Amino acid sequence: MDIHEYQAKEILSKFGVEVPVGALAYSPEQAAYRAREMGGEKWIVKAQVHAGGRGKAGGVKLCDCDSAIQQACEGMFGQKLVTHQTGPAGKGIYRVYVEAAVAIDREIYLGFVLDRSSQRVMIVASAEGGMEIEDISASKPESIVRSTVEPAVGLREFQAREIAFALGIEPALVQQMVRTLQGCYRAFLELDATMVEINPLVVTADKRILALDAKMTFDDNALFRHPQISELRDKSQEDQRESRAADRGLSYVGLDGNIGCIVNGAGLAMATMDTIKLAGGEPANFLDIGGGATPDRVAKAFRLVMSDSNVQAILVNIFAGINRCDWVAEGVVQALRDNPVEVPVIVRLSGTNVKEGQKILAKSGLPIIRATTLMEAAERVVSAWKSDLNQNTSLRAAK
Amino acid sequence: MSILIDRDTRIIVQGITGRMAQFHTKDMLEYGSNVVGGVVPGKGGESVFGVPVFDTVKEAVAATRAEASLVFVPPPFAADSIMEAADSGIRYCVCITDGIPAQDMIQVKRYMMRYPKERRMVLTGPNCAGTISPGKAMLGIMPSHIFLPGNVGIVGRSGTLGYEAAAQLKERGIGVSTSVGIGGDPINGSSFRDILELFEKDEDTHVIAMIGEIGGPQEAEAAAHIRDHITKPVVAYVAGLTAPKGRTMGHAGAIISAFGESASEKVEILSSAGVVVAENPAVIGETIARVM
Repeated sequence: MDIHEYQAKEILSKFGVEVPVGALAYSPEQAAYRAREMGGEKWIVKAQVHAGGRGKAGGVKLCDCDSAIQQACEGMFGQKLVTHQTGPAGKGIYRVYVEAAVAIDREIYLGFVLDRSSQRVMIVASAEGGMEIEDISASKPESIVRSTVEPAVGLREFQAREIAFALGIEPALVQQMVRTLQGCYRAFLELDATMVEINPLVVTADKRILALDAKMTFDDNALFRHPQISELRDKSQEDQRESRAADRGLSYVGLDGNIGCIVNGAGLAMATMDTIKLAGGEPANFLDIGGGATPDRVAKAFRLVMSDSNVQAILVNIFAGINRCDWVAEGVVQALRDNPVEVPVIVRLSGTNVKEGQKILAKSGLPIIRATTLMEAAERVVSAWKSDLNQNTSLRAAK
Repeated sequence: MSILIDRDTRIIVQGITGRMAQFHTKDMLEYGSNVVGGVVPGKGGESVFGVPVFDTVKEAVAATRAEASLVFVPPPFAADSIMEAADSGIRYCVCITDGIPAQDMIQVKRYMMRYPKERRMVLTGPNCAGTISPGKAMLGIMPSHIFLPGNVGIVGRSGTLGYEAAAQLKERGIGVSTSVGIGGDPINGSSFRDILELFEKDEDTHVIAMIGEIGGPQEAEAAAHIRDHITKPVVAYVAGLTAPKGRTMGHAGAIISAFGESASEKVEILSSAGVVVAENPAVIGETIARVM
């Protein structure tokens, strides 16, 4: 789960990481008021969306007066911010964060991630702050400092010092850098984060170490023990269909294609999408309905997939192991009777009692196209989609 | 021979009184797995399908000389149960539970390091379907009838995709020595590499099938190991050709977050290590048959 920059800063500051003075606003007027309240001469207005790359996309503006703040905000509120991380649809801006501008001496990149190779928390830092870490590792890989944390003892002070010296932090500020690093690590550990990124972490002209930006991602599997983090969830930043699916216990990821997929198991779902692509189609979604494939889940899945108006054909691929194919077939038939769909539906069942399952589908009288192998299913769904498309086009032409 | 489990491996089920655990315990017993006990704190003295239940893993091991364990404990308590197994002399543990916090798994892995390698428990999973040595024993939740006994070793991150592969083999009359699910989580007990090492040493395994997916460094690490140390033919498939970067595809670990983690990059890395890559999931069985 992602949270906003201002929320991450609030959390990190509780763990001893210093952040600039700032305040949240829900309207241009409020933003200007907040700026006056905090004083100073220059402010940064930052769109709060769950995505990086806001600066380049026009989501961060430097302002030097009330009217500039209002103007910057009017260009943000209610708009979609499209960055390289949001996809073409962008993310809606409903909150802005106003911060007092600071004089920057130098910028540092600092990230804490779950490193799958060492199976530990890894600190990634670079003296080349302000750039994306992908760009740093492409252009200045030698500037990257990495250090993994031994989970039994946590981030030791010597380790934090090593990082600070490797980044060329001046000796007088090393202790402050150690506090910052240890604060981030404690926040990561205690709140079950999977990522903490401060980019940039800056040394100010008046010799302070400040987190100018902050990003935190949390482990969904650990939210049960952090209700205060769960409350920070902002549904306006999520794909509506995906969050609806998640609320129903289905795992769904929307894509740009037009062949809807209903599959049990994440690996098989990905494999099914791959096969559709190889057969010349484009999947409209990833959807894992879970190993069990109960009739209720199949029905929910049909409703979910059909709520995407791009879907022009559906492929159902269920491997019935513990649950038998006949039972799954009855679920599919019931789901289609309750939610008739107007696009071709291809069903491929495999596993236990596959013949009985096929019979049930055949007898249902529903226009279900059956397939035996995965490749056959993919080819049939692609050709059904194409012929349906042609038919519709000629129908329109006839009218 | 087979790897990890055999006909007489003595098995306990942690969390045996739960609904799903009971269902699969029955299934394992019917398959012939040697389930000798269960563990649920506070339910010691009860029994499930004639299998005695103990309060602690140590009691279960003392009474039954159990060697292997299947963990069916809910996510908040699963890591603790794995550590309990590791501390009680269990040799091999499969954790089925999906949804264990990643930091709990970091602790599990660190905790296991306190034992010298020869006494260290082998863990596969979490978030997996388990392990089966067809015709001998099953320690997991897979539909056993799709596996024929034979000489192909299967190791994979995904449950149903592994079934798909086993079913394709069965269709061709090809059997499996052992099939091991390593699970779809970002931090797991055993890696592809760990299981490949076991298959390399196993006389009954002639060909190895490795079923990977997007995300994480494990397929690339396995490729390097195969190139340098594996003499048996390896066939691989990597799912997620169409998966976009930065999105989690069902499995917590199936997310492309760094270079080398996409399906096409993994395919390239594996191919250059001499692995025969099945280009689509429909031809996994066919590709294995060709290599044999």
